[in-house]
Amino acid sequence: MPEAPAPVRAQPLPDPQPNPRSDPRVDYSVPVGDTVKTTTCYMCACRCGIRVHLKDGRIRYIEGNPDHPVNRGVICGKGSAGIMTQYAPARLSSPLLRVGERGSGEFREISWPEAMEIATGWLRPIRETDPRRLAFFTGRDQSQSLTGFWAAQFGTPNFAAHGGFCSVNMAAGGLYSIGGSFWEFGEPDWDRAKYVLMFGVAEDHDSNPIKLGLSRVKARGAKFVSVNPVRTGYSAIADEWVGIRPGTDGLFVLALAHELLRTDRVDLDFLARYTNAAWLVVQDPGGPEDGLFARDEEGTPLAWDRARGAIPAKAADLSAVMVGDHTLPDGRRARPVFHLLAERYLDPQYAPEAVAERCGLEAARIRRIAAEIAEVAFEHPITLDQPWTDVWGRRHETTTGSPVAFHAMRGISAHSNGFHTCRALHLLQMLLGAVDTPGSWRYKSPFPRPIPPGPPPAGKGAKPNTPLVGNLLSFPHGPDDLLVEEDGSPIRIDKAFSWEAPLALHGMMHTVIGNAGAGDPYPIDTLFMFMANMAWNSAMNPGEVIRILTETREDGAYVIPHVIYSDAYFSETVPYADLILPDTTYLERWDCISVLDRPIGSPHGAGDSIRQPVIVPDRNVRPFQEVLIELGARLGLPAFVKEDGSPRFKDYPDYIVNHQRSPGVGPLAGFRGPDGGKKGVGEPNPEQLQRYIENGCFWRDHLPPEQEWYKHANQAYLDGARAMGFIPKPEQIVLQLWSEPLQKFRLAAEGHGERQPPDRLRERVRTYCDPLPIWYPPLEQQGADLDRFELSAVTQRPMAMYHSWGSMNAWLRQIHGANKLTMARSRAEAMGLAQDDWVWVESRSGRLKCQLAVMEGVNPDTVWTWNAIGKRPGAWDLSTDSPEALRGFLLNHVISEWLPAQQGFRAANADPVTGQAAWYDLRVRVTKAEAAEQAGPTEPHFPAPHQRPHTPANPDILRYSVKPRA
Amino acid sequence: MNPAGSIVFFTTASGAGYGLLFWLGLLRPLGLVPGQGLVALALALLLITAGLLSSTLHLGNPQRAWRAVSQWRSSWLSREGVAAILTYIPALLLGLALWVDAPALALAAGLLAAAGAVATVYCTAMIYASLKPIRQWHHPLVVPGYLALSAFSGAVLLAMLAAFAGGGAVPALLAILTGAGALLLKRAYWQAIDTAPPIATIESATTLGFIGKTRPLEPPHTEQNYLLREMGFRIARKHAAKLRLIAQGAGFALPVLLALLALLLGGMPAALALSLGAVLALGGLLIERWLMFAEATHTVMLYYRG
Amino acid sequence: MTCLPQPVPGAKKLGLVIDLDTCVGCQACATNCKEWNASGHSAPLPDLRPYSAGAEGVWFNRVHSYEAGEGAAGRTVHFPRSCLHCENAACVTVCPTGASYKRAEDGIVLVDHDTCIGCGLCAWACPYGAREMDEDAGVMKKCTLCVDRIYNETIPEAQRQPACVLACPTKARHFGDLGDPESAVGQLVRERGGQPLMPELGYQPVNSYLPPRNRSSLAATPEEAAPTEIKNPLLRWMDRVLSR
Repeated sequence: MPEAPAPVRAQPLPDPQPNPRSDPRVDYSVPVGDTVKTTTCYMCACRCGIRVHLKDGRIRYIEGNPDHPVNRGVICGKGSAGIMTQYAPARLSSPLLRVGERGSGEFREISWPEAMEIATGWLRPIRETDPRRLAFFTGRDQSQSLTGFWAAQFGTPNFAAHGGFCSVNMAAGGLYSIGGSFWEFGEPDWDRAKYVLMFGVAEDHDSNPIKLGLSRVKARGAKFVSVNPVRTGYSAIADEWVGIRPGTDGLFVLALAHELLRTDRVDLDFLARYTNAAWLVVQDPGGPEDGLFARDEEGTPLAWDRARGAIPAKAADLSAVMVGDHTLPDGRRARPVFHLLAERYLDPQYAPEAVAERCGLEAARIRRIAAEIAEVAFEHPITLDQPWTDVWGRRHETTTGSPVAFHAMRGISAHSNGFHTCRALHLLQMLLGAVDTPGSWRYKSPFPRPIPPGPPPAGKGAKPNTPLVGNLLSFPHGPDDLLVEEDGSPIRIDKAFSWEAPLALHGMMHTVIGNAGAGDPYPIDTLFMFMANMAWNSAMNPGEVIRILTETREDGAYVIPHVIYSDAYFSETVPYADLILPDTTYLERWDCISVLDRPIGSPHGAGDSIRQPVIVPDRNVRPFQEVLIELGARLGLPAFVKEDGSPRFKDYPDYIVNHQRSPGVGPLAGFRGPDGGKKGVGEPNPEQLQRYIENGCFWRDHLPPEQEWYKHANQAYLDGARAMGFIPKPEQIVLQLWSEPLQKFRLAAEGHGERQPPDRLRERVRTYCDPLPIWYPPLEQQGADLDRFELSAVTQRPMAMYHSWGSMNAWLRQIHGANKLTMARSRAEAMGLAQDDWVWVESRSGRLKCQLAVMEGVNPDTVWTWNAIGKRPGAWDLSTDSPEALRGFLLNHVISEWLPAQQGFRAANADPVTGQAAWYDLRVRVTKAEAAEQAGPTEPHFPAPHQRPHTPANPDILRYSVKPRA
Repeated sequence: MNPAGSIVFFTTASGAGYGLLFWLGLLRPLGLVPGQGLVALALALLLITAGLLSSTLHLGNPQRAWRAVSQWRSSWLSREGVAAILTYIPALLLGLALWVDAPALALAAGLLAAAGAVATVYCTAMIYASLKPIRQWHHPLVVPGYLALSAFSGAVLLAMLAAFAGGGAVPALLAILTGAGALLLKRAYWQAIDTAPPIATIESATTLGFIGKTRPLEPPHTEQNYLLREMGFRIARKHAAKLRLIAQGAGFALPVLLALLALLLGGMPAALALSLGAVLALGGLLIERWLMFAEATHTVMLYYRG
Repeated sequence: MTCLPQPVPGAKKLGLVIDLDTCVGCQACATNCKEWNASGHSAPLPDLRPYSAGAEGVWFNRVHSYEAGEGAAGRTVHFPRSCLHCENAACVTVCPTGASYKRAEDGIVLVDHDTCIGCGLCAWACPYGAREMDEDAGVMKKCTLCVDRIYNETIPEAQRQPACVLACPTKARHFGDLGDPESAVGQLVRERGGQPLMPELGYQPVNSYLPPRNRSSLAATPEEAAPTEIKNPLLRWMDRVLSR
């Protein structure tokens, strides 16, 4: 056999470590660029710090900022592809005015002054007559402290961003239970947790922090369990993958709670000290206060003291009795919360055997996991040599915690039972004593906040030319806080904070266009959107959204008369707007990741950050925030004009520095005061942005070590948080197992109180506003023909496209240019299906055609695909034969935005408590396409819109480089 | 492996050209080939040169092709280039000798040219045979196969030319013998590659065999790439079997039979039979060379297809 | 020269150690490599038909995913693939022009784009698919181990590492001298049982892959004692004395 040539070796090199820089063919020390600027990434929701190297004004390299607290120098697949997002041909380059039919994509370019005149001309009459007729919804907005404020100044209650179809179940579930939440307002103690349980992280929130965290968990050899129907991404590296059936996580969690209670492995001390487990709940079935906390005259909740009976629960010397029937001084009967919850979850319906089949798991496995959690929590606690002082003034010499940490996200959130499932997870944390303790889940500053935080949502009494006072998206404490008219009908166009979704904290962007189209509860005049691809992947059922946006009345006018849209790219939604206000890219603008909105705080202290322009726009575009501030001034919104009517802010940076929401409190918490020495509260500092830039475009505070743990009951922490303006009073934040606000809604549904739900909603409110976590089958599956639609269908975001839809990015689209529907190999074989078969996917509301893939690691009753890979032909400046259009598809086309008719009204396909869009409740059937149909394109397949004026030519070859060509 | 047209043509044409040169160099000085031999030499050099030029079409930067002769110490491709260039010298000297009728020079140049032809074909074969990632090429029968095919196609061509020159049973006889030999070799080769175990598996390529059977889940990119186009070429087993039959029939069996016929017939019918034989042989070899690529699999595809 | 350098005991063998136990397949290494090298030593890395059908480009690092095993024992493994800088690099020895070379000083395999003729033979010779043809310039390109970063005196010392390593959010990539068993990467390979790819081919890859770990199970035994047999299980908490 002729052998490969034996490697011919050059003459021996005597020096084992020759000079590595001796190779003349390599330039070793070329400076990376000529300039480097720090800023904050905006390709997803993580808000990582980046360093952008420039050469001759073009981007050389984007890297993670090693000093930044969010990403500590790492950067993800998307952030690293920022160059291609920056230079994508699909960038809009001029304001556009629609000249053809809506959806045709026929536009003419107009000037900015003309665009502003038109926008003002549409908006001013609305404000002068009925401000509600403006619906302002801002998608993936990271400047909600500005946009929400602007909407309130305008006087419309109709504002939200995309949280209603993203993660409001997690926010609401957390903020109404523990005063923080998964992801945004808390994170696992990655450095100490010995057991990490992650639920339903469909490769979503958040990206780099989870990745950094998991790498530390794995490096320490701690156990990482991922509960997810699909074994990809994070689940792939889990020590144990629990391939649960979608929508049954709540059952699984409550079965874990059942096991902990059954085996008496709960942290009763923690419950008595830090939660409302000992609080007495009035037992007066049918009475107006049934299920509310027993309180004294001052309204202080009561607990049963072993020696003294009913006394204020906050008493330092309380010796709580956790179970039993007690009679209050006024003669009413009451039981402690713990009694009620133990009774409920010890019920055999929550036993592992009872839930196993439904979850697609073995009962023994559920019991084992419960036992493992209990063992770690109670046999392997962590004790830090860290003294702290609690709210009762007692100094603890050490800090001890149960090192079991939880994280959960979209797989929990995107179900119509997600709010209660999230509450169930928090209940589990509380039973284990695993909230803000070493090794458990920890609050991120500025949380914890009171439960629920803050004042109720603003929005009542909208009047012409009058700002609404307060936050439009805030926290109802009971029926009185709902945004409903006297007759119980919704005040908001999206019906958030109505009886249909009382805790819709993030609004319900997914219902806006449908409601506006139906004039329900009223028609609107102008739909003003920012960064939301509502005519495609951001919509449940995009075909219906497209239909409504193009629907005309008898007089030929559009049902939604005006649509203004701001985006940086030629998305599917652009052709459906009348006026396009082209935005800059994230590298061309100022921004603030504001402490008034969702800052970048960590368990170690507060933090916020800014974006600064690193590239000068080469197009006729303006940053949206700047446009909004100018519009505010043109419209004379009080906060945006001086007393003489002239603009109050010359630009967005001016607003960031000088706007004060309340005295001394502005968008940025750092470097306040005349010399920049104040934090949290302080006078505006003209040098503030410069100070941020010098600091890497972020600011962070460092809590003293004694404030790091048990923040909900740590007096030093609470005092500090009060000083920073994060909480109104430095009082214990008692974690809420039993949610009284929910019980108040339930009481209303039972006929108590002045504010009454419409009769058609009574049973719904009564059922779903349960003060303790419950599980119920996803709403769309209740009464559905589940034998016909036997498979659950869900999506995940591919990590390289997480929280974006970046097909205009020449690099990322090579990685994910098309998608298939993935099914368990065993299931496919049983159904006679094979890899790459073309199949029909049918739901109760529609059908689509796509290609099949098979895998081992997916729940056999579940199919899944990557989200937002399918594109409409011609959008994003991709050629019409692009794989995104021919082989990519959106599962959205078979998701309905409405539930099957229930009780005679049209309900959103959403969580009945929070209004969270229930993307993952979908059930489908999959059948093989006929032989003649065994080819693309995927269906539905839409026609391509016209190209906009001055669409750049589609290059045959891209040679991006800033290196001078030899 | 993707059967690049330029390479398939190169190995077929140059192979035949070197075969022709080999036989001419050996036989002409011995007087075993009728006629002057210049036509045969011209045809040989034409085929060789056309093949070599064709092979440069495969290059990304053909204008730099001259650099390819520098690495003869390690690279078979470089050695092939060196051998090919060096072989021109005795081949041209042979031409000169035949032109001026200098038998001694013809003998020496002929032998050297024949040696050069063998060396060049050997180097060509070794380019393929040295590639471990491609098990169908990294095979002991590949080099003999290249040499035999070259000898066979050269012999057929020489026999054809000899017949036109009015004689030359020896080339025809050689064509029959080398044809039969090449056919047997080729069949043995196909048999061998059809039954040989893989040189590597997806399990060894990924290190994951210790967990269990390994299957690709998702490719790095959803579209094509250079490696997939270059090495992901696939041919259906049925299709390949058919082509193998055609190659065996047209490329070997028929030319051999036609050469036998030519021996029996003699004269112009023999020349015509051998012409047909030469066309069939070259056509068959094109198919065989195409198959040589099409049936070859590269280990990189383990990463994509398992 | 395309001859391989003479092996010298203690010679530097720079390479990567890739941890298959923590890689989540996020593609950060792939795109960060792409952006660094787009303007680096091998610039540009062209993309053909970037906004049309058949988009493809030059990438030095590609991330596959696999499923190994079935049932509960099965795993999904993400698998970044790039040049392994083999000790016995046939991609170098087959090169007819000397454009492909392995550096004696650190073992990095590079291509001199000024002398490459684009014959593609090195790609055929590489079992791992590490070679990337720039079909625009007609020359072969490949992972350089960021030779223009790791020795770059204009970059802070801590960041003189390949772009893929710095970017990796799960710290699944490590860079160092695999010729030195006591280096951090050397120890990692030893402790975690680092594996070469396709060792049977004899290329002696320098890069090493750390296998997915045995899934540690705390394996608590479920408590079968069932206090639910007690008539009223709540009673056991009745007398529990708790204090603040």
